[in-house]
Amino acid sequence: MALKTGASFLRLNRLNQVFRLLSTSSRPEIIQNGGNNADFPGAKAPYVTEMKFVDENSYDPIPIYRVLDNDGQVIDNREEPAIDKETLLNMYKTMVQLNQMDKIMYESQRQGRISFFMTNYGEEGIQVGSAAALSPKDLIFAQYREVGVLLYRGMTVTELINQCYGNHEDPGKGRHMPVHYGSKQRNIVTLSSPLATQMPQAVGAAYAYKRLPNNDRCVICYFGEGAASEGDAHAAFNFAATLECPVIMFCRNNGYAISTPTNEQYRGDGIAGRGPAMGLHTVRVDGTDALAVYRAVQRARAIALDNKPVLIEAMSYRVGHHSTSDDSTAYRPLEEIQKWTQAENPIQKLRLYLENKGLWDAEAEKTYVKEARDMVVRTMQDAEKKKKPHWKEMLEDVYYDMPPHLQKQMQQMEKHLEKYQEHYPMDQFQKE
Amino acid sequence: MTTLTKKVLNLSRLLKNVDNHTKRLSSHFNYYPDIEKSIEGETSKMNMMQAINNAMDITLKNDPSAMLFGEDVGFGGVFRCSLGLQEKYGKDRVFNTPLCEQGIAGFGIGLATAGATAIAEIQFADYIFPAFDQLVNEAAKYRYRSGGQFDCGGLTVRAPCGAVGHGGLYHSQSPEAYFAHAAGLKVVVPRGPNAAKGLLLACLQERDPCIFLEPKILYRSAAEDVPVDSFTLPIGKAQVLKEGDAATLIGWGTQVHVLLEVAQMAQEQLGANCEVIDLMSILPWDQDTVFNSVKKTGRCLIAHEAPLTCGFGAELAASIQEECFLQLEAPVRRAAGWDAPFPHVFEPLYLPSRARCLDDLTQLLRY
Ligand SMILES: Cc1ncc(C[n+]2csc(CCOP(=O)(O)OP(=O)(O)O)c2C)c(N)n1
Ligand SMILES: [Mg+2]
Repeated sequence: MALKTGASFLRLNRLNQVFRLLSTSSRPEIIQNGGNNADFPGAKAPYVTEMKFVDENSYDPIPIYRVLDNDGQVIDNREEPAIDKETLLNMYKTMVQLNQMDKIMYESQRQGRISFFMTNYGEEGIQVGSAAALSPKDLIFAQYREVGVLLYRGMTVTELINQCYGNHEDPGKGRHMPVHYGSKQRNIVTLSSPLATQMPQAVGAAYAYKRLPNNDRCVICYFGEGAASEGDAHAAFNFAATLECPVIMFCRNNGYAISTPTNEQYRGDGIAGRGPAMGLHTVRVDGTDALAVYRAVQRARAIALDNKPVLIEAMSYRVGHHSTSDDSTAYRPLEEIQKWTQAENPIQKLRLYLENKGLWDAEAEKTYVKEARDMVVRTMQDAEKKKKPHWKEMLEDVYYDMPPHLQKQMQQMEKHLEKYQEHYPMDQFQKE
Repeated sequence: MTTLTKKVLNLSRLLKNVDNHTKRLSSHFNYYPDIEKSIEGETSKMNMMQAINNAMDITLKNDPSAMLFGEDVGFGGVFRCSLGLQEKYGKDRVFNTPLCEQGIAGFGIGLATAGATAIAEIQFADYIFPAFDQLVNEAAKYRYRSGGQFDCGGLTVRAPCGAVGHGGLYHSQSPEAYFAHAAGLKVVVPRGPNAAKGLLLACLQERDPCIFLEPKILYRSAAEDVPVDSFTLPIGKAQVLKEGDAATLIGWGTQVHVLLEVAQMAQEQLGANCEVIDLMSILPWDQDTVFNSVKKTGRCLIAHEAPLTCGFGAELAASIQEECFLQLEAPVRRAAGWDAPFPHVFEPLYLPSRARCLDDLTQLLRY
């Protein structure tokens, strides 16, 4: 027995020498007496002799950073962001404009004027706060409930409404469902409906930026806490960390994915809890506080540009129904909604902050709300009068050049329409 | 929600002056209800959503291993197909999953491997692709690769598919051909409440994993008298819905109703008496019924919403020319969605509408 052990010990020793020769790094210090550090390729951690399972209660929850209280007062003066007056007003006005557009377009869907719509109620602070902290050059990958980001970036109400109507001025040429916006010019990648697909894409785009000389652009990727359950979300976090990408993964945690509440969506410390575990710089913020979101994204951007990917989880509440296809009273109590429309209303918080600073008052509010609303109504009237794109747009852009089989299908349809026009709503579409 | 509602009311007044000529597109077909009874006995009026709910209710009642799950299934599902089932059978049997289709499919395969009956709902067929690997590489090959030791026949994946008038790229697709290409999966598409109940119950009892694609526009479009008791319609069996001798029209799902109307138009306008077949099972498909019909009529038009290239019509056309070559009076024709993604505002021009099918049929008859 003793001999045997001796023999294998010898063999091990020889092996060790071989490994030392092969290894590029020197052997780590092995501290004896309970402080042993393992050197597995997959984990560098201390050895212990006491077995302990860790669970979600082993760590304190990641705290929620906020700047404003519910009365719009700065809680800790050192945290007040230095934002100039013009930018602050622009942020607030974007929120109001968004809110007016949501109300009117939601109602227009109810009346059958457009086929579908989604509102942003309760998440205006997330959207405007984050957009204001970015550079216009930063590339945006969004989910769908981020219209405030798009407006702040400079997409016009006209562009957005034309998209909802799918008329010939819709930049997406009427092919996508309403609310699937996009603008190359403003660095907003056109949205997709399949959830979380944009997440690894955002990471890839960030990697491409990183390789450019003197890169000064980052990528921001918005996604819901529901979408974060998709396999693509995990892939994105892991790729971002291992490939060290200048990307901000921005989770809007609004408590619901359609009817599914967060306690049926995930366990553990939310989406932020996954960040440190996957090697991402992580912060959790109060998404109803536009200034807290601004601060978080401002800092995140600096970290990301150092090629350290960031995860932000912004907490909020989805005040509206999921979409016009949903009636949320089927799965949540009215009292729950009310709480979040009053004290925790992000628009109101920023408004109170501006009023405290003497930058806004009731009169300004009244004038601007009216202006914002009139603009939406007017734009809608115009959008409704515009024809849809020519039907041939249906078969364009599938490929860069139209392949022969598709050309043949186009001709087939052309011939068919010569005879059977009256079976189609041709008057709704642009003519040649 | 009271505050919201009030605001909405005020806004309606505001919007009254806006021109109103962009009403939602109306539906592209007329529904032809089943008249013949599937089985003897008591019936009840059900639309397709209710018939599916009823089939799952029967299964959950009779099969204690059965479970129903997917995104938002707990409160009844976004199309209300699981309405009331969680209250009836408990949260451990009817439940929400996290938002992850590959998880739903893989979890369902696991349930079935362990002997349970798994009814997995994918919220839209357009979102089944994250689950493609689990379905095509796993579910489809489970029995084969284990030499018959393991199987996941207890799994049925339900997914709403097809055009609805305003679904655009990602709420309209018909992915049946992708799954028909994966040997080991059975693929079924009902045309209405009776077919849905009989076929879904058959899938749930089937020894192979099934993909059950529900044309979502049919959920509420019409009600039929559906037997209250449990019954099955055989998988792999087509139905001849109308007999004729001039041409064979083959479709499935919503398109069956388009073809029934086309047959009527052909009778009135062309004096042609066409046979209409609902394929019902995409895989395995009913070769006998199809070949016998085409041998009789000598002409065949296949129509489906999915794009033309590699749509399941291609498989049918190839098999028909192989088997019925001598009896064919004209090449087999296909009317299908164009080879483009499913477009939002162009939907009426994208689908194989009754006008397109009639145009094709006219040319087929004149060939
Ligand atoms: C892959 C995929 N599965 C399912 C859906 C259907 N769907 C659309 S939105 C949604 C909920 C998303 O919730 P969350 O990510 O939390 O975003 P929120 O709506 O709360 O902003 C679901 C299930 C989808 N669009 N894509
Ligand atoms: Mg959510």
